[in-house]
Amino acid sequence: MRTGVFHESFRAEERLWDSSTQRRWMLAFLLALFTMPLWGSDYLLAMACIVGIHVIATLGLNLTTGNAGLISLAHGAFVGVGCYTVAWLGKHGVPFWLALPAAGLLSAALGLVVGLPSLRVKGIYLAVATLAAHFVLTFVFREWEPVTGGVPGTSIPRANLFGFEFHGDRRNFYLIFTVAFVAALAARNLGRSRFGRAFVAVRERDFSAEILGVHLLSTKLLAFAIGAFYAGVAGGLLGYFYGAITPEYFALTLSVFYLAAVIVGGLGTVLGSILGALFMTFVPEALRLAAHLSSQWFPGVAALLLPMGQVVFGALIIGFLVFEPHGLAAIWGRIRRTFHLWPFKT
Amino acid sequence: MSEFIEYSLLGLLSGGVTALVALSFVLIYKGTGVVNFAVGEVMMLGAYFYYAGTVTFGLAPWLAFIGSMALIALLAMVVERAVLRPLSGQPVVAVLMATIGLASIIHGGVEAVWGGDTYSPPTLLPRTPLMLGDILIPGTALGNFAVAALLIGGFLAFFRYSKTGIALRATASDPVTAATLGININRAQRLTWVLSGLVGTVAGVLIASSAGLSPLLASAALGVFAAIILGGMDSVLGAIVASLIVGWVEALGAGYLGGKSRDIVPYVVVLAILVIRPYGIFGTRGIERL
Repeated sequence: MRTGVFHESFRAEERLWDSSTQRRWMLAFLLALFTMPLWGSDYLLAMACIVGIHVIATLGLNLTTGNAGLISLAHGAFVGVGCYTVAWLGKHGVPFWLALPAAGLLSAALGLVVGLPSLRVKGIYLAVATLAAHFVLTFVFREWEPVTGGVPGTSIPRANLFGFEFHGDRRNFYLIFTVAFVAALAARNLGRSRFGRAFVAVRERDFSAEILGVHLLSTKLLAFAIGAFYAGVAGGLLGYFYGAITPEYFALTLSVFYLAAVIVGGLGTVLGSILGALFMTFVPEALRLAAHLSSQWFPGVAALLLPMGQVVFGALIIGFLVFEPHGLAAIWGRIRRTFHLWPFKT
Repeated sequence: MSEFIEYSLLGLLSGGVTALVALSFVLIYKGTGVVNFAVGEVMMLGAYFYYAGTVTFGLAPWLAFIGSMALIALLAMVVERAVLRPLSGQPVVAVLMATIGLASIIHGGVEAVWGGDTYSPPTLLPRTPLMLGDILIPGTALGNFAVAALLIGGFLAFFRYSKTGIALRATASDPVTAATLGININRAQRLTWVLSGLVGTVAGVLIASSAGLSPLLASAALGVFAAIILGGMDSVLGAIVASLIVGWVEALGAGYLGGKSRDIVPYVVVLAILVIRPYGIFGTRGIERL
């Protein structure tokens, strides 16, 4: 049994890891994660890479939507912008360590433009504005053939760091998870900073925040830009991981996927982004496994897999919203508390 | 010139059906403050029910039409009670995602039962085309417009003169005051969902019987956002006028710029309006208090 943690100052309250137990668990988790290419199967590694990419993008959307309360349905398109930037720069001989940040920066610049209506409209109007931006961007992906390769798609050269080439899932794994770890740490630290507190103030009541001295224009635009930066970096890594991409990948369903991951995980928490992305990536896999197992008794089940996936996806979103609005992060917190207080009742 | 008139007429006629879809959106937004991203899917589901009634069960078209409306009304009641009422008072993003989840469930369900093929259900209306000089107007377009106009006229009268319609408007403008005056808010919101579902079904059946029925029908509804934003989200009249305008602009764009422009014109319109005049032509300008 671990006793409760009592904070005596604001600084202690805001610490990233509030106890030595937590620090030790974190270290164990990181050790397990970064030795995974040594013990994991090929399937597990490929899935882990996809989860890592989704975690980065979800962290970004959670900053925009969860922390600052600005709905964005254009997140999938920002991921696409990052991916195409890396593809185009890679073909023109720009090294990977420049191309990846450039992908993030270009996405962030577009995020600023898309975020502009957020000054005049909010809530549902903002959702529609970002929806429109999403369709305009995907239209560009399909039609601007010299740069994006049009509907057939384009290929992306491998990432290459001073002669070390990231080919194969094992090498990409380290690239993706190093970036994901830094991204998560940065998101957590942003939440503790002046900007993170301004985001929350804007989310709760933007005019009150303005009266308290938060500059609405720059705060809202910053929230959009940072979210889009994460999406751009995730898109770049996605490009390096797959090696080729078509505009179909960045359909509206991708934006909805990230929103769903944010909601299922928990709005406004870093842990929620990680758990949400993990959960939402593995649900279709679990369904596929279930369909595979039951196909010997019900032969037609494979054809139903895709539609049933949609049904389960929708049911999960609604189920979490109605029964657990704070998401997986809240469930995780409850489980932790139970262990802390055991054998006493919470 | 005759080309211009032909494009304009066709655009205005298709705008009439768009107005029905827009009405389905606006009813719910005005009545319950929810923007329903599942309107397209409800519309599609109603059309599939109609198809199943006429082709699979061999019912007469009007009987199948009434049957599909009844099923959609039932579904709307269940959705309102089970999904939207527990979420009242939650942040906008939660309610928005709930309707997206609903859309996903309906879409998946339809594909699981009927697959992704295109069907052509029997029409309710005559197909004889109309010749105006040298301009040819397809019969279905004209019939669809007539039905839409009748239905919209009926709705406007209902909201203006009937006691239930006035109660619905009262609930929409101020739920708390409406409740103190003895209006049952839960019942009013349920009725709003049912009415919106019925309008959606009519739109779905009309579109499906003239343009064919496939799961793609649902995505057509997303373009309607242009009309709603232009008209102002909370104005029924605005939605109708704006639908006609958007239908007209779309048809002109498709006629002169090529079919691809149809994918993007509505969204460019949306962005322009939101930056210039976010509350639309007829919408109420929101005033926020602290």
